[in-house]
Amino acid sequence: MSTRRTSSVIPGFGLTMGYTIVYLSLIVLIPLAGLFFKMGSGDWQHIIEVITSPRVLAAFRVSLLTSLGAALANGVIGLLIAWVLVRYPFSGRKFVDALIDLPFALPTAVAGIALTSLYSPKGWMGQLFGEIGIKIAYTPLGISLALLFIGLPFVVRTIQPVLQDAETDVEEAALTLGASRWVTFWKVILPTLLPSWLTGVSLAFARGIGEYGSVVFISGNMPMKTEIVPLLIITQLEQFDYVAAASIAVVMLLLSFLMLFVINTLQWLARRRMQNT
Amino acid sequence: MSQWHIDVQNVNKFYGEYHASKNISFQVEKGKLVGLLGPSGGGKTTILRMIAGLEQPDNGSILFRGQEMNRVEPQKRGIGVVFQNYALFKHMTVFDNIAFGLNVQKKSKSFIKERVNELLDLTNLSGLGKRYPNELSGGQRQRVAFARALAPEPQILLLDEPFAAIDAHVRRELRSWLREMIDRLGITTLFVTHDQEEAIEIADQILVVNQGRIEQHGTPIEIYQSPQTDFVARFIGESTQFVPKGIIHGFNGVADGREVLIRPEFVEIGKPNEIALPSAASQGTVRHLYYRGASWEVEVEVGGELLIGNRSVEKSSLKIGDKVSVLVHRLIVFENGKANIVENQFKYDPMPVFI
Ligand SMILES: Nc1ncnc2c1ncn2[C@@H]1O[C@H](COP(=O)(O)OP(=O)(O)OP(=O)(O)O)[C@@H](O)[C@H]1O
Ligand SMILES: [Mg+2]
Repeated sequence: MSTRRTSSVIPGFGLTMGYTIVYLSLIVLIPLAGLFFKMGSGDWQHIIEVITSPRVLAAFRVSLLTSLGAALANGVIGLLIAWVLVRYPFSGRKFVDALIDLPFALPTAVAGIALTSLYSPKGWMGQLFGEIGIKIAYTPLGISLALLFIGLPFVVRTIQPVLQDAETDVEEAALTLGASRWVTFWKVILPTLLPSWLTGVSLAFARGIGEYGSVVFISGNMPMKTEIVPLLIITQLEQFDYVAAASIAVVMLLLSFLMLFVINTLQWLARRRMQNT
Repeated sequence: MSQWHIDVQNVNKFYGEYHASKNISFQVEKGKLVGLLGPSGGGKTTILRMIAGLEQPDNGSILFRGQEMNRVEPQKRGIGVVFQNYALFKHMTVFDNIAFGLNVQKKSKSFIKERVNELLDLTNLSGLGKRYPNELSGGQRQRVAFARALAPEPQILLLDEPFAAIDAHVRRELRSWLREMIDRLGITTLFVTHDQEEAIEIADQILVVNQGRIEQHGTPIEIYQSPQTDFVARFIGESTQFVPKGIIHGFNGVADGREVLIRPEFVEIGKPNEIALPSAASQGTVRHLYYRGASWEVEVEVGGELLIGNRSVEKSSLKIGDKVSVLVHRLIVFENGKANIVENQFKYDPMPVFI
């Protein structure tokens, strides 16, 4: 099993690569390095104290779990929506398709306020759920809900084109080999979608971790319970503890990086087989 | 039970307004290899897909061994299908691809292993079981697709241009391999092809499909030698078509004002002393010569028409401008969409009086 190196038809690798590196450095790497630098300028004792304080640890837990939960839920719902949009030519499909992009365009604070007024104990949905004993606003569930809204387009928009290009004859082949629709879905369609599904989920997850605007309204920001990491960072900044803010940010960054790395590895393993045929 | 393995009766299929299959009827005996031949867009794939159950006929019936299949799902029809672009499962190894149908049937592990290895041998793929489809050549993928379709032991095999994406040499090999394998397993097989030579070489029977209709159903010899419609005569084999202006010797009065078709193999070209029946031959002039490896393709002008014939490279060579004798053994005359074969009159008259 060897990978064939094919040289590109279009020349100019040196130029484009150089540009890419300069650009990435200016926009991404240097600001991030600044974070590390800021943290490095602090007193280690203090840094460790900040990072391991129960309030910060709790915020990490809240941020990671709600983002992951929302990303996974979006993985399921997004797949379903993408499927419906690609496979069934219902009337109004164009309209629904356009709706998907709304979370991209809407200022996140607007989404946050709208969701909060809907799901707060006095809101429409909040009352409904309150009756069956489920509190949504001001709980981690509420945070997940906001992230669900924010992350949906990532999953739908990454799966959609792949589904569109998927040859239906592979599914037909499975049918003629005796597989039921269910088996065909699980054994044939889903594995083909896996790489793009992972991409979509990891994008939604990454977005969720960094999300601030829509979450702060619905979360209630109770320390130890519904306080998210980005909010904690801002709190530190407001207290002029720049080192603490940078330290929390760096840990967040490393954690996200680690998780994205794991997801990308999975994705690479899944994608390896999909090429060239 | 019916004597026919596949019996298609008056099937019609519409895609919206478009009438893609028009009153299709044909029968196939068990174990036969039937080729569907015809121009692009003629409706060959549509017929195959209806037999597979991937498409529903709008009316008419499809029967397997006398049993109506219209409402039966593709999973339950006992068919194997090889798609034009293979449609292999890319995320599975060759072994798992072939085992798919058996896994679906919940066969035991040991049975599956044995059967898959048997098929890998049959398709000359032993040793490649652990590879993924993107690590195979086109011909190998093709054979995986065959093995996968054969694994659940289908009664009927449906092949949609199985060799289209394969180069000429490998194609020829796969072709005879297919014929042998089908004979060995006794599976009734329908295959679509664009390649006449392929159909004529391996098929027991050919269906010529054009504009949603079956133009003719017969053995390769029947299709080739006695085309029944104008379309089949033109479509099969090489030919020159024209309305004769002058007289072709041996066909007096036959083709007056009507279009005729002459195939190269109907035309014998030789120096005057080489033709056995000089009385039946016309005189012509060599206009072009093309070297075809095994023979010369000779373009001769006879009575103002250009005819094409072949000449063995073993015979003495001709030059452009040579005067030659041209014996036209037979020609096909068209009348109201029908094709009639007419033999050279002088060849069969015991002794023409006017020598
Ligand atoms: N799903 C479909 N919807 C509408 N029209 C279709 C559909 N499938 C096929 N057709 C039309 O039906 C006609 C016959 O198609 P079919 O695929 O059976 O042709 P074919 O003989 O297999 O051609 P080819 O040799 O190019 O594969 C074509 O004109 C095609 O455009
Ligand atoms: Mg076709």
